Amino acid sequence: MVLTGAQILMECLKREGVDLIFGFPGGAVIDIYDELPNHPIRHILVRHEQAAVHAADGFARASGKVGVCLVTSGPGATNTVTGIATAYMDSIPLVVITGQVPTHLIGNDAFQEADIVGITRPCTKHNYLVKNVADLATTIKQAFYIARTGRPGPVLIDLPKNVVNATTEFSYPESISIRSYNPNVSPNRKQLRKAAELIALSRKPVIYAGGGVVSSDSADELTRLAETFKLPVTTTLMGLGAFPGDRPNWLGMLGMHGTYTANMAINSCDVLISVGARFDDRVTGRVNAFASRAKIIHIDIDPTSISKNVVVDVPIVADCKNALTGLFEEVAKIKDVNWEAKHESWNRSLAEMKAAYPLGYAKNGGAIKPQWVVEKIYELSKGEAIISTEVGQNQMWAAQFYTYKKPRTLLTSGGLGTMGYGFPAAIGAQFAFPDKLVVDIAGDGSIQMNIQELATAVSYNVPVKIVILNNGYLGMVRQWQELFYHKNYCATCLHTNPDFVALAKAYGAAGYLVEKAEDLESTLEAAFAYPGPVIVDVRVEPEENVAPMVPAGAALSEMLLV
Amino acid sequence: MRHVLSILVENEPGVLSRVVGLFSGRGFNIESLNVGPTLEAGVSHITICTSGDEQIIEQIIKQLHKLITVIKVVDLTHLQSVEREIVLMKVGAEDSKRAEVLRIADIFRCKVVDVSTDELTLEITGDQGKIKAVVALMQRFGVKEFIRTGTVAMRRSMQLAD
Repeated sequence: MVLTGAQILMECLKREGVDLIFGFPGGAVIDIYDELPNHPIRHILVRHEQAAVHAADGFARASGKVGVCLVTSGPGATNTVTGIATAYMDSIPLVVITGQVPTHLIGNDAFQEADIVGITRPCTKHNYLVKNVADLATTIKQAFYIARTGRPGPVLIDLPKNVVNATTEFSYPESISIRSYNPNVSPNRKQLRKAAELIALSRKPVIYAGGGVVSSDSADELTRLAETFKLPVTTTLMGLGAFPGDRPNWLGMLGMHGTYTANMAINSCDVLISVGARFDDRVTGRVNAFASRAKIIHIDIDPTSISKNVVVDVPIVADCKNALTGLFEEVAKIKDVNWEAKHESWNRSLAEMKAAYPLGYAKNGGAIKPQWVVEKIYELSKGEAIISTEVGQNQMWAAQFYTYKKPRTLLTSGGLGTMGYGFPAAIGAQFAFPDKLVVDIAGDGSIQMNIQELATAVSYNVPVKIVILNNGYLGMVRQWQELFYHKNYCATCLHTNPDFVALAKAYGAAGYLVEKAEDLESTLEAAFAYPGPVIVDVRVEPEENVAPMVPAGAALSEMLLV
Repeated sequence: MRHVLSILVENEPGVLSRVVGLFSGRGFNIESLNVGPTLEAGVSHITICTSGDEQIIEQIIKQLHKLITVIKVVDLTHLQSVEREIVLMKVGAEDSKRAEVLRIADIFRCKVVDVSTDELTLEITGDQGKIKAVVALMQRFGVKEFIRTGTVAMRRSMQLAD
C-alpha cells in the first residue's frame, strides 16, 4: 500500500496503540493535521507546546503508556525542550514528533527552522531526523521501542515537511532488534544471592525505593518483600506510592524535606536496599555521609546509575520487577530466620522515632496553613485522587501531607523541578482517567507558568481541580532567603498576582476564593463536585516554611526545623 | 590516569556529536579523538584518549554504552595494545642545521615529506613517548607548524602475562 508520510505516521501510531495525542499545529506539520481527522486518533489542542509535552507526560505517568505529542518546527519544537528535559530526568516514556522545514532548506536558516535534534540530543533518550520517507515506519517503531523499554525516556522524531508529503510502500515492522541497544532486564542470580545473604545478616536494614519501582510496575513485589521480611521502607519523591503510605513499616519520604525517621534510618542502617533510585543529591545530602554505616545493594535497570554518586557493594542491573521477584525467592530460601524477631527492635525503635518526630506544623488558629489544605484534600478525596504538583513548597507539602497508597497517583517533576508542570500534567492524567478526581496542588508562582492551559481544560471540559496554595511568594526561594540569606527577599514577592477567581471565570472555568479556614472544606467539596475545571485560590500563611530540612550540602543527620 | 577507549558506533549523522556531547555535558575530559570508517559498511570506529580516576572512567564507559548508537566500548588501558599516532612537523632547517635535523629524523625513523630551502616537513609515526622525544629534540631548531592525529590503538593478539 503506497501512503504519504503523514498517512504512515497515523498508521504507525495506531499500531502502537496510540489513540490520544497532544499538540499544536503549524506550517511544517499542517499536512499531518490535514490527515489527522481521517483516523481514530484524538488530538488535544493545547495553548503552548510546553504544555503538550507535560500533558503527554502526565498521561504517561498516570497510565503507564507512552505519551505522544505533535508540534511544528522552529519555536514549536524549541518550546517542547523544557517538557522533554522534565520527562528525561524522570524517565518518562514519550514520543515527541516535531515538524521540520523541507530537507533542501535544512541548514539555510529557513523560516521556523531550528536544529531540534541537535538541541535535544542531551535531553532525549534518543532522537531522529527522518530524511527519507522509506525510513519513517522503522523509525517510529524504534522510537516507541526505545521510549518504553529499559530505563524509559523521551524520544524525538523530527519530520521534514517534504518527507511528510512523500509517498512510499508502507509496511510496519513486526518485530524490532537494535544491535546496539539491549537493556539487561534479568538479574544475575549470584548477585541476588549475595543480596539475600546481606539481608539475612542485617540487624538494621532499610529499603530505599525510587521511581523505577513505579515505572516497572513493581509496587506489589516491593510491598511483598518488605512485608514478608519486616523491612522498613522509605522512598524518594518519585517513589511515593510505590509502597502504601499507611503501613506501619512506612518511614516516609527521605532526603532534603524527608521525615526525620527516614533520614535517621538511612544514617544508622547496616544494609541499604536501593530499588530503582539513583542517589540524587536532594536525597543523599552530603554524599560521603549517606548510609555510611551500610552495605549497599542497588537494583537498577540503568548501569550508569550504579556507583555514580555512591559506591555500592552489590550492584544488580535488571528490571526492578524481575529483581524484586528474584530477591524475594532468594531471601525466602534462607531458613532458620525468624524475620519478625530479627528486625523487631529495629522496627520498634523506628516506630518510636516516627511517633516522636512526626511531620507537623504549628496550628496557631490564625491564617490557613498550607499543610492543612493538603490534609483536607487527602481527607475529602479519601486518598483516591491523582495528585499533580507544581514545584517548590507546594510540591513538598503535597509530598508530605497527602498519603499515597498506590503507584501512579503522584505526578511531579522530581528531577528537573519544572514549575508549570503540574497543571498540564493533570490535564494529561485526566484524559487517561476521565472518572478520577485529579487535583493539581499548585503555588501562586508556578501556576502562572502554564496558566494558559485553562483554555485547553475548558474547551475539552477536563474537570481538573487546581488548588493554589497562595502565599504571595515564590515560597521555596523565599524560605532559602529567610534561612540562609538574611531574609533578603529579592525577587520572590509576588505583589501583583492576578485575581485567580476572575481569571478562571474569564477562561470559562469555575473559581473559588478561600480566605477563612472555616470555608475550606465546603469550598473544596463544591470544587471537587463541580463538573469542569476549577481554580480554588486558598490564601495561606505567607511565610510558612517546609520542614524539616537538610540544608544543601549537609548530611541527612543534620536536619533543621525538626 | 590516561585511558584509551576504543568505541564502535553506528555511522549515522550526529553520532560523533552524541559521543562528544556526552563528554562535554558531563564534564569528562577528551585528550584526543580519532574517527574513521571500519571495513564493515555503516560502522565507524572512534578512539578517545581520556583521563580520570577509576570511578570516572567506569562512568564514562557506562554512559557511552547507554548511547543508542554505540555498539561496543573497550578500555584498552588494562590490555596489551599497540598505540600509534601520526605527527606532521615543519622544522627550521637552514643549511647550517639541516644535517643535524636529518640525523635526528633518521634515528627516529621519521620521513621527510616536504622540503624547502629553510624548512623540512617530517612525518613521525609512533606512540606518545616517541613523539614527545622527537618534539623535545627538534624544538631547538624551531618548530614552525605541528599537527597530530590523536592516538589510534589496537589490542594485541597475544595477551601475555607480565
